[in-house]
Amino acid sequence: MAFAAPKESYSGKVYEVSIGTDKTAVFGGENVLPFHSFEGSTPNRPLIAYEIQDVPPDDWVENVKKVYADVSKDPVTWAKYCQDTLKARAIALRLVGTHPDRENRSAEDAAKTVREVLDAISVPLIILGSNNAEKDASVLVAASGAAKGKNCIIGKAQEANYKTIAAAAMANNHKMAAMSELDINLSKQLNILITQMGFEKERLVTDPMCSALGYGLEYTYSVMERIRLAALTQNDATMQPPLLGDVGMYVWKLKETQASEADLPMWGALEQRGIAWETITAGALLVAGAELLIMRHPEAVRAVEKFIEELI
Amino acid sequence: MLIIGEKLSIIAKRVREAMMKKDKGPIQEIAVRQWKEGSGMIDANIGPAEDGGEDLMQWMVTTIQEVVPLPVCLDSTNFSAVEAGLKVHNNEWGRALMNSTSNDPERYPMIEIAAKYNARIIGLTVGKGGLPADAEERAGIAAEIMARAMEFGLPLEDLFLDPLVLQVSTSQDHANHVIKAVRMFQEMNDPPMKTVVGLSNISNGCPKALRPILNKHYFVLLKNAGLTSAIADAHEMAEAMQEKQVIDDVLSGKKIADEQKMKEILKTNDIIMNKTLYAHSYLEM
Repeated sequence: MAFAAPKESYSGKVYEVSIGTDKTAVFGGENVLPFHSFEGSTPNRPLIAYEIQDVPPDDWVENVKKVYADVSKDPVTWAKYCQDTLKARAIALRLVGTHPDRENRSAEDAAKTVREVLDAISVPLIILGSNNAEKDASVLVAASGAAKGKNCIIGKAQEANYKTIAAAAMANNHKMAAMSELDINLSKQLNILITQMGFEKERLVTDPMCSALGYGLEYTYSVMERIRLAALTQNDATMQPPLLGDVGMYVWKLKETQASEADLPMWGALEQRGIAWETITAGALLVAGAELLIMRHPEAVRAVEKFIEELI
Repeated sequence: MLIIGEKLSIIAKRVREAMMKKDKGPIQEIAVRQWKEGSGMIDANIGPAEDGGEDLMQWMVTTIQEVVPLPVCLDSTNFSAVEAGLKVHNNEWGRALMNSTSNDPERYPMIEIAAKYNARIIGLTVGKGGLPADAEERAGIAAEIMARAMEFGLPLEDLFLDPLVLQVSTSQDHANHVIKAVRMFQEMNDPPMKTVVGLSNISNGCPKALRPILNKHYFVLLKNAGLTSAIADAHEMAEAMQEKQVIDDVLSGKKIADEQKMKEILKTNDIIMNKTLYAHSYLEM
């Protein structure tokens, strides 16, 4: 008798989320564990968004900075470069310059940047704050208004500021990313609180908080994996929004992506090492359940796209 | 089911202050209330009690037994404090229970003390290596503790196995492991081993309004699994006994008139059995 591979069937399904208006991007929608297409349906590839920011990336490491050296002085040129030259399917604009400890740009300035970037690109935009809960509440409200009707993802809403951000995302018809701090139960709780405000769960993206290889990746991996299992095997609607892995910013601040070959010859070539670090972190999170990644280095993005191609 | 009244703990501010000032009033008031509400024993938790633990435990035991005709559960990690408590414990109303030993060799002297004073003792099924992963690991540790008890000459009837209740809000899968462990422990000896849990730890970290709901439901499930004693709030457990029939009915598929209550029971059961992921607002979903 011929061998028949055992197949799991799942009771739940991840919500399919579509972003953008001109060239849209769709992710999620599967009713199986990541890359288990042989057991059911995986209608969409995971989506990788290129990370750019509202201020020049002076704090980025040299090996990533040099890739964008000619374009990163202003976010519009940078965004166009990602779209036109790197063929980005989506762009994530981080308004890091609004952080009170950085340039402390105003919400109005941030909104202006958002408007200019949106006017210049046709791929979908993800709009991220500076991760200062208080400042983000005002910045993301302004940014959300500036992007009205453009079907962006606004984020990240956290326990301390979700009410304001969710209200703005709802009023301007955006999707929203909600982040909790590496705790599956708190992640579920935040999604419940947000939906109790009237925000539709089908418009949410869950960020369980990223961590990089060597710096707690296994925690993010485990939380993502358990969220996916709750979504699929327990049909838990609060855990069915797609998952976000905000990979680039966590990877490119590590010693492993910064220490020179002269100092640590046994670690090998710095540039390849950094790219590999971002690739492996991103790849691991895809296997754990992430449907949306935010990344920095084009080589790493290419490697992960290839990885997806082979597994999907 | 033996309820060991849990309210006399150094963790509670009012109790701690009374302990420090050796003020009998609040201690006796709480002890009497726990007794009237159905406790068969009173837990005296004095914490690590590194300084003056002996005096404090003796004071607690005599203060409690002055007004309440019950045995005391001597709850401290300090061996000599527990031993001092045993010396003054009045066995007229039952023998004392020591809290606790475990499978950590540093905790074995507690078993020797129990044997020496003809006291009973709780065996917490943890080892030196951290928390047990599941029911089977708990049973394995229980067997080790039982072997130590026999070596030290403590009758197995005097050993209460504690599977270690963890918080459902952070360690959800353990809620069901503990229920399973309570069943397994009983099969490890004839007559069945006695079992005990620190019940309210299940709802530690949960919103205040949820705590009694989780505690009572968990109590019913553990009782159905054969649990013989619980360190718990006697008042809450008396309520749980009143609600037990309703909970059992709903869990066996019967419909009850109070739909709200029925939903609460079914949702809480799904949380404890790890069928739905816990969140603080699980009842509202």
